[in-house]
Amino acid sequence: MAIPRFWRETPSRYNLFASKCGNCGEVHFPPRSVCPSCHRKSIGRMKSIKLCGSGNILSYSVVHDAPEDFEMQKPYIIAIIEMKDGVRLTAPIIDCDECDIDIGLEVEASFRKLGQEGKAGVIHYGYKFRPLNTTPPEK
Amino acid sequence: MDVGIVSYGAYVPRWRITPVEIGRVWGTDGEAISRGLNVKSKSVPSPDEDVITMSVEAARNLMKRCKVDPKDIGAIYVGSESHPYAVKPTATIVAEAIEAAPDLTAADYEFACKAGTAAIQTCMGLVASNMMKYGMAIGTDTSQGAPGDALEYSASAGGAAFLIGASDIAARIDETYSFTTDTPDFWRREGEMYPRHGGRFTGEPAYFKHVLTCGKNLMEIAGTSPEDYDYVVFHQPNGKFPLRAAKMLGFGKEQTTTGLLSPMIGNTYSAAVLLGLASILDISKPGDRILAVAYGSGAGSDAFDITVTEHITELRKDPFLLVSNMISGGKFLDYATYAKFRGKITLAEGSK
Amino acid sequence: MRDVAIIGIGETEFGELWNKSFREIGIEAGFKAIEDAGITSQQIDALYIGNMSAGKFIEQEHVAPLVADYSGLADMHLPAVRVEAAGASGGVALATGYMAVASGMYNIVIVGGAEKMTDVGDKQALQILSATADQEWESVFGATFPSLYAMMARRHMHVYGTTRENLAAVAVKNHRNGSLNPHAQYRREISMEMVLNAPPVATPLGMFDCAPLSDGGAAVVLCPMDRAKKFTDTPIQILGSGIATDTLALHNRRDICTMDATVIAGKRALHQAKRTPKDVKVAEVHDNFTIAEIMAVEDLRFFEKGKGGAATEEGLTALNGEVSVNTSGGLKARGQPVGATGVAQAIEIVRQLRGEADKRQVDDATTGLIHNVGGTGATAVVHILERGD
Repeated sequence: MAIPRFWRETPSRYNLFASKCGNCGEVHFPPRSVCPSCHRKSIGRMKSIKLCGSGNILSYSVVHDAPEDFEMQKPYIIAIIEMKDGVRLTAPIIDCDECDIDIGLEVEASFRKLGQEGKAGVIHYGYKFRPLNTTPPEK
Repeated sequence: MDVGIVSYGAYVPRWRITPVEIGRVWGTDGEAISRGLNVKSKSVPSPDEDVITMSVEAARNLMKRCKVDPKDIGAIYVGSESHPYAVKPTATIVAEAIEAAPDLTAADYEFACKAGTAAIQTCMGLVASNMMKYGMAIGTDTSQGAPGDALEYSASAGGAAFLIGASDIAARIDETYSFTTDTPDFWRREGEMYPRHGGRFTGEPAYFKHVLTCGKNLMEIAGTSPEDYDYVVFHQPNGKFPLRAAKMLGFGKEQTTTGLLSPMIGNTYSAAVLLGLASILDISKPGDRILAVAYGSGAGSDAFDITVTEHITELRKDPFLLVSNMISGGKFLDYATYAKFRGKITLAEGSK
Repeated sequence: MRDVAIIGIGETEFGELWNKSFREIGIEAGFKAIEDAGITSQQIDALYIGNMSAGKFIEQEHVAPLVADYSGLADMHLPAVRVEAAGASGGVALATGYMAVASGMYNIVIVGGAEKMTDVGDKQALQILSATADQEWESVFGATFPSLYAMMARRHMHVYGTTRENLAAVAVKNHRNGSLNPHAQYRREISMEMVLNAPPVATPLGMFDCAPLSDGGAAVVLCPMDRAKKFTDTPIQILGSGIATDTLALHNRRDICTMDATVIAGKRALHQAKRTPKDVKVAEVHDNFTIAEIMAVEDLRFFEKGKGGAATEEGLTALNGEVSVNTSGGLKARGQPVGATGVAQAIEIVRQLRGEADKRQVDDATTGLIHNVGGTGATAVVHILERGD
C-alpha cells in the first residue's frame, strides 16, 4: 500500500480516533466529515473523539485462505466488533484460541503489526483486538 | 532534586517454548540444557509482534497506571538490539501511539541488553536538569538465537517502560553508576539476522566482571552493603548467572527471587533487568530498597540504587498490569509453530 | 420512457479459458448476441460493458473502446462505456443500457460484461476481489471477501438458527441445476457430504460454499419494445429496473444479515414492474457464497427473514419449486467471471422466458427476476423480465 495512504490514517489506526457529530452526537468510525443523520447541518461541526477501546464480537470467521500479506498468520480470526461507543469496526482477534472465540466475547484493542511492504519496505501498525482479561491471577 | 520512577509498564507476549522442545529438534538433551541454564521456558512473540508493538504495549500499560498527561513527556528513548528498522526510530511510533507527539524528543538506543537502562540514565539527567517534566525509557527485545545455537534455548521477548520524573515519585533513584569497557563477548553485524557470541568468553571477563564491579562500586558510592537491600535484580541471560552474581556480591535467595524471571520467560535482553525491576515494584512496600544492575555486551553495566516511596500503592490498582499476570497463563508452542512465528520459515517471495 | 426489450443473447463458455484473452472473450460474447438478435454491427448505437477490475486482472484500463475496436467498430466511433460496480458491474451495465434505450437516446444498445480472472494466481485474485470491500477499514486488517460473507453466515446462524446444512443445500441445488446447463462451468452434481467436508476457506464457509474464479463474457442486445418484433418472435421485456446502494463496509450496515440494498432494489424493480415477489417464477440471484443466496431469497421477499435456509433445504427454491432459483447453476456452478455475471443472469432468464432452457426449463416461466450484488452488498441491482409477445 502506498505509504501516504496508510500514514494519513494513523490517528485512527493507532489510537481509534473517531468523529462525533456536533449536531446529534452520533459517533462514527473511521471519522466522517458529514454525519449520515444530519447531513448539511453537521458540516464543520464534526468533532474528533477517541473510542474507549473495547467492545463485543458481533460475528467472526477463521480465515484459512489468506492473501499473501497474511500468509504467515493463517489461520487467523477476523471479527466485526461492536464497540462500547456504539460504532462497529472490523479487526483481527489475537491471543485467542479458536475454541474460545464466540459471538458476544468482550475484546479490547491492542497494538500490532498489520502488514509490511515486503521485507525491505515500510511496516504498517494498528489495532487488533484481544479477549478482555476478566480473571485476575491468583495471589 | 529527587528523581525517580513515576510509573512503569510491562509487556510479555503470550507464547512460550521449552528448551526440551527445542532440544528435541536438534538432537540435544534439552532437559540438561534447561537445568544448566535454569530456564524452564522462554517467551515467544506472535508473528505480528515486534519491538515496536511490544514497546507500545509496555508504554500504554505504564500510562494506564498513572494520571500523567502524555503531552508532559519530553523524551522517549527505546533501547533494543532488535529494532524492526535499522533506520527509522521505534520511539516515534511509541510517541504517536501514546499521544505524546509531537512536542518531544525521541530516539532509539542500542547497547546490547542494557540500552533500556542507558535510556533511564538519560531521562534522569534531562529531568534533573529541568529540561523536561518527564522522560520515558523503554527496553524491549525480540532477539533470537540462530536455529540450533546455544542462544536459541533462552533468547526471548518482552518489554518494559519506565517514566522518570521529579514529582509523585513511586521509586526514588538514589544513585546510579556505570562501568564500561571494550569487551567483544557478543555482537551482531549490520545486516545479519542472528547475533554471534564468544561462547564461554561471555561469562567471567564479560558478564561477571562488569556486573560485579558495577554493583560493588555503586554500593561503595551509596555507602550501602547487601543487607541494606530488600530486593536485588541483575541482568538475567539465563537463570544461573544472576544467582551466582548475587551470591558473589553477598546477597541471599530471598533478595533475588522476586526479580528473577528468566527461569519462566528466558532472556528478554534489553527488557530483562527492567521486567525484573517491574516485578519487584509490583509487590514492594514503601521504604523498600532495591539494587538493580544491568549488563550489556560489548560491554558495560548500569547500576541503580532505588528506594520505594508511599506513591507505589497508587500504581497497583489494576491487577492485570502485574508482571506475574503476564507471565502466568502462557501458551506453549511446538518447534514448528515457533519457527513459523519467528520467521525461520521462508515463504516464497511474490508467490501469487 | 419507452418500453425496452432484450432481443439477443450471447455468451462465451465460462471457466479457465487459457487460450482466450480479455478482448477475445468480449468480442465472442458480443458477436453471438448480435447474431442471435439478427442485427448488423452498423445498427448498433451504443455499447456498455460491465467489468470489475481489468486494471488489476490484466493491467488494462479503458476496456470499452478496446472491445469496440476489436469488434471492428472503431470507425463507427460508437459511444462505448465501461460500467463498474464490483460484482454488480454486469447488472448495472444492463440498467444503464436499459435507461439509454428507455430514454429515447439510443435504439440498439449492446450490454456486455466480461472478466478475465485467471491471468493472475489464486492469491492475487483473492486480493483483487477483497478490494471490493472497504480497502482501508476491512481489507487492510485481513478481512478477505469470503471472510466477510462468512461473518454474515455466522451471524445469520446465530440469530435465525440457520444451519450449516442449510448453507450446503444451496451449493447442492445449484450444482444440480448446473449439471443440466451446457453453459455451466461445473456440470457435476455434488453431495451434501462433499460440501460439509470440504476444506475451510473462512469458517463457517468451505470450498464448496464459494463461487469459483472464472473467465467469461456475456452480452445482450436491447431495443425499444415497439421495434423488437422486427428482430425476434420472442422479445423479452424489461419491466422493472432497480439499483440501490448501501455502506461500503459490512460493519457499518444496519444489519449484517440483511442486504438493505437488495431489499430496496427489489422493491424498486417490482414496483416499476407492478409485480409482487409471488409473481416471480424463476430468479437468478447473486450466490457468490451460499449464504448470499439464502439472504437474497429473504431480502427479495420470496421467504420470510430467517427462513431462507430452511426453505432451500426443503427444496422450495429447486427447479419447479415455489420459485426456481438459479436454474443456470448460479454463480456457484455456472461460474463467476465477475463483470459478466449480471449479464449472464439476464441470459438465463431470457432462455427460461423464451422456453429454451431445455432440461432445466421451469414450467410456466412467466415472470423472471435477476439480482446482482456488488461487494458485500454495497450495490444491488434487480431487474424484472417478462415475455413481450
